[in-house]
Amino acid sequence: MFDEKELKEIKKGKNKWAEETVKKAISRFPERKEKFTTGSNLKVDRLYTPVDVENSNYNEKLGFPGEYPFTRGVQPTMYRGRLWTMRQYAGFATAEESNKRYKYLLAQGQTGLSVAFDLPTQVGYDSDHGLSEGEVGKVGVAIDSLKDMEILFDGIPLDKVSTSMTINAPASILLAMYIAVAEKQGVSKDKLRGTIQNDILKEYIARGTYIFPPQQSMRLITNIFEYCSKEVPKWNTISISGYHIREAGSTAVQEVAFTLADGIAYVEAAIEAGLDVDDFAPRLSFFFNAHNDLLEEVAKYRAARRLWAKIMKERFNAKKEKSLMLKFHTQTAGSTLTAQQPDNNIVRVTIQTLAAVLGGTQSLHTNSKDEALALPTEEAVRIALRTQQIVAHESGVGETVDPLAGSYYIENLTDRIEKEAVEYIKKIDKLGGAPKAIEKGYIQKEIQNSAYNYQMEIESKERIVIGVNKFQVEEEHHRDILKVDPEVERLQKQKLKALKEERNNIEVKNKLRELKTIAKTSKNLMPYILDAVKAYTTLGEICDVLREVFGEYEQSVIL
Amino acid sequence: MERPIRVLVAKPGLDGHDRGAKVIARSLRDAGMEVIYTGLRQTPEQIVAAAIQEDVDVVAMSILSGAHNHLFPKVAKLLREEGVDDMLIIGGGVIPDGDIPFLKESGIEEIFTPGTSTTQVIEYIKNNLKR
Repeated sequence: MFDEKELKEIKKGKNKWAEETVKKAISRFPERKEKFTTGSNLKVDRLYTPVDVENSNYNEKLGFPGEYPFTRGVQPTMYRGRLWTMRQYAGFATAEESNKRYKYLLAQGQTGLSVAFDLPTQVGYDSDHGLSEGEVGKVGVAIDSLKDMEILFDGIPLDKVSTSMTINAPASILLAMYIAVAEKQGVSKDKLRGTIQNDILKEYIARGTYIFPPQQSMRLITNIFEYCSKEVPKWNTISISGYHIREAGSTAVQEVAFTLADGIAYVEAAIEAGLDVDDFAPRLSFFFNAHNDLLEEVAKYRAARRLWAKIMKERFNAKKEKSLMLKFHTQTAGSTLTAQQPDNNIVRVTIQTLAAVLGGTQSLHTNSKDEALALPTEEAVRIALRTQQIVAHESGVGETVDPLAGSYYIENLTDRIEKEAVEYIKKIDKLGGAPKAIEKGYIQKEIQNSAYNYQMEIESKERIVIGVNKFQVEEEHHRDILKVDPEVERLQKQKLKALKEERNNIEVKNKLRELKTIAKTSKNLMPYILDAVKAYTTLGEICDVLREVFGEYEQSVIL
Repeated sequence: MERPIRVLVAKPGLDGHDRGAKVIARSLRDAGMEVIYTGLRQTPEQIVAAAIQEDVDVVAMSILSGAHNHLFPKVAKLLREEGVDDMLIIGGGVIPDGDIPFLKESGIEEIFTPGTSTTQVIEYIKNNLKR
């Protein structure tokens, strides 16, 4: 960006400054620390100048928003055109309760829904299964059958909202239920907008709600890609997630590297299943974390966008512009929230919101201040949503595109994160790709090491967490927290029992038998799953059949 | 020589959040204890069986899904039913203050909430063994 002569001058000036001005200052006021690092332990220099971005060719590395390599953003006008989608992840107890929370959030100005399912739903058990005991309705809403889904979206027009569903192993079943509810509302499949998480690899790595072994899981995923590219064209078929990888303790570099490595594995699987890359790649989306180190996070999103564009173009030969774009959802980092002085979390979430927005996110969930204590209360959720709204309407950061570009530090950090992520991806390629690297425990081990180091840094006070290892106060008893009534489990079981008596059980049996036959072939399972859910076959019944045919994944733990 | 402290680190229920459990497992090991980690999705019955089979001194459970009031006491109860009274049972996770008295009454000796340092856990275990 600078000519050689200028760079020489700057280098000279910087040396002089270091030798004279800085030395003098340091002799009187030493710096606070010997070594400065980012939140993810990348080295941070005292000062960045044009010399630190000297190899930058503007057009090649940054370009223009909405154009390759998308470093500056995926849309030409970014938030000047439309603000990011404010999408709070919510869901608890019964479908009735969650439906009320969604209507409340929509009334408060939220622009998209994000459904949290309880753990039994996420791992394919009905509410009356033994393993579901104590978990029904706890971390999300309990969905056993289409009946619950009908209640969940009652009075919410599915052609008007976009819905994101955090569901992975049984994603095809929940998507089928959503399609069936829409049909009952008179909304055709091609009008549905939303996302299913559908990212099984990070479940093995970090999140834990797997059911089937990798190969069978990948088949379910590519079945969805194929089905949706024809039938539900506006649906984002996967949200390739670094969020949970970061929550599990990874660094920013690892978050980018492991997420994109997973992305590569999905693209490869789909191509292998006979799909054309440009048919499904435009519907791939990503999901990242927003941590506390504001500038590092901004650089992270920019690096991820540029790297993915290159991968899609150079490695997979994608032709459509949309195939090259890394669109992403962001959630602020739950793991940074403290149980101590919980009001401080509002400030953390504000910083993280700025990071996501300055990094060009397409949608955002802001965490509530009380999440280190329990499920969030309605008041806490409102403050979290207001935080986004204040950043959107009062801070001014969305008025121009990618405002931090050109900062010597940001560009240098963007380059470094990209470079280090590339190194990791090469290593994973050598191990045979992400699924193999997961099988070997390599990715998990890398994350565990980072998580352990992070904790040790807190304990040695190398890393300061306000309220936890510095500026502590005597904590008050936290009273205002949300509790899920244990009644929920009983009610949900009762509803399920009634359903099993009311529905046409012969039809259910036939659908399950058909599903089993198809599961043994290589046919696309989606239409058969849709048929089954329409007959009010339960999620657990469908998963049981698939467990029978596919088997179950067994976690390998390396400490 | 006295045998090292043996700890079963366990994840009861369907919760997949194992960052805390793994960090605890590793720091206990670094503190010289023998650590067995169960992995995810363990039923109370499986945890009790593992604790007895491995002849541990401590059962340390972690839950972040909100199912602690159901699952922690169940493990304590099953251990009592098996006649085990020399194991220290502790728990950790996102556990509201209000739930702690009930958990302690149910036989969980100590509950560690977010912000706890690994040193605190190590010290607690060393000072409260039942053997």
